[in-house]
Amino acid sequence: MADLSVNICGVDFKNPIIPASGVFGYGREYEEFYPLSKLGGIATKGTTGQRRTGNIAPRIAETPAGMLNSVGLQNPGIDYFIANELPNLLTKDTVILANIAGSTPDECAEVAAKLDATDVHMIELNISCPNVKQGGAAFGTSCAMAEQVTAAVRKATRKPLVVKLSPNVTSITDIAKSVEAAGADAVSLINTLLGMRIDIKTRRPILHNNVGGLSGPAIFPVAVRMVWQVANAVSIPIIGMGGVTTGEDAIELMEAGASAVQVGMACFTDPYAPVKIIDEMNAFLDAQNIASVRDIVGTVQPW
Amino acid sequence: MKYTQSSCRIVEKRALAQDVFSFTLSCPEIAAIAQPGQFVHILPKGFGLRRPISIAGIDAENGTLRLVFAVRGKGTDALAGLNTGDFMDIIAPLGHGFTLKEDAEHVVLVGGGIGVPPMLPLAKYYGERATAISGFRSFPQVILQEDLEALGAQTICCTEDGTAGAVKGFVTAPLEQLLSEGVDAVYACGPMPMLKAVAALCMRTGTYCEVSLEERMACGVGACLGCACRTKDENGEERFLHVCKNGPVFKAEEVQW
Repeated sequence: MADLSVNICGVDFKNPIIPASGVFGYGREYEEFYPLSKLGGIATKGTTGQRRTGNIAPRIAETPAGMLNSVGLQNPGIDYFIANELPNLLTKDTVILANIAGSTPDECAEVAAKLDATDVHMIELNISCPNVKQGGAAFGTSCAMAEQVTAAVRKATRKPLVVKLSPNVTSITDIAKSVEAAGADAVSLINTLLGMRIDIKTRRPILHNNVGGLSGPAIFPVAVRMVWQVANAVSIPIIGMGGVTTGEDAIELMEAGASAVQVGMACFTDPYAPVKIIDEMNAFLDAQNIASVRDIVGTVQPW
Repeated sequence: MKYTQSSCRIVEKRALAQDVFSFTLSCPEIAAIAQPGQFVHILPKGFGLRRPISIAGIDAENGTLRLVFAVRGKGTDALAGLNTGDFMDIIAPLGHGFTLKEDAEHVVLVGGGIGVPPMLPLAKYYGERATAISGFRSFPQVILQEDLEALGAQTICCTEDGTAGAVKGFVTAPLEQLLSEGVDAVYACGPMPMLKAVAALCMRTGTYCEVSLEERMACGVGACLGCACRTKDENGEERFLHVCKNGPVFKAEEVQW
């Protein structure tokens, strides 16, 4: 049995596997399958200052080895989350990363300030949602905006701050450096890649939002590349994600430089995916005689 | 632990019409608790997303579930290629089913095309108290009329081109006739224009009506918020509910048509 525990920004995780924001709600549904304490952590559904109704359906389209979504940050708002969901999550013996978003730096800071007064373990600031008109990706695709929103949230909280980056940029390393400079304690990447599908008979986009975020195994190589590049550009820890489906994928992302790994679409294919990934990582490490998963982080040997 | 994910053996497969298949799965644990109107989420091998398929038969005694679905794309095509003895990876039972009214004297089950299968468990519950109106485009699409009759329901089959059934045209004409005679509840599943017309007729006559909706789905359990359905709450305020968890069955007056 290998040691799977990791530590990110001073927070202890019993293992490095975290269901990604947006796939896992606030945990209640998947708890009907297995105890949440099996997980290293949970990144909660992106939560904003006020309740958001989200986009009109269809919000989902299947694609080769992946899927598009355009949920549009539907959530009940931060006050509801703190009053009704967070207390329940904090009893689950797993690290809670509260994923937050907003239309303006002020809204993000306000949400973070409210969480600062709670026992949540970490804040994951989403500056990369492709499915909302204001804020979201707009923050994540310009270094200046990324820095501004990160700095605003940094001022509002002393909680460990993870900034979730968009892959829809020319240079993700530049964005990563900007948020590191603005006080981020860690970065998580990658969010979804912007995509589109069209029903060729009706000539209508399948998503009512026309475009949406691509996730799933199709984007895994992009995630590996970006994690590796960012690992070489910043000194803060990285939480990697993007199409991770197996324990081997998680190991690969950690060798590229991730200290922990989030699991997204794989939860839809198999609700037990995060738990199976943990078991598969352990089996791999044992077979390789590696004592601790921490020993593989960033160990890729580039040509 | 409310949901079961399991690999269920196919004990029977039948072709009902072109591209429409009936599968019976052995899954005693699920059959013991499944309710009319609920669905199963099936993973076609090699695909990333599951396919939500309504439950067309619940046999708790024999521990089986029946599923009837049409081939719509590559995923359902892969499922249709499975045979007796093969296994289906399913999560079930999911969703919120139909409200069963013990005291109802006469209910009407309205199914359009591949919306007919979820009417079977209702026909089983209501027996002779049910009239099943089924609508199809044409004769080759007609399915499940004998099954409905075998469960005791009176059947009224409608085809748009008049090539089968007693009624040429849509389900709304016979429904209107029945509603005028007084009906305790109407249950409907089918294409959105049909559901909209059925809901409008029921609202006009003040008849209790539930509809089963469809939407592109990812998780199937209410976590991802993908399968949004526009509804209004008691105060008339708009909100998105989710077909997988709040539905697939909704009260007709809840839905923003």
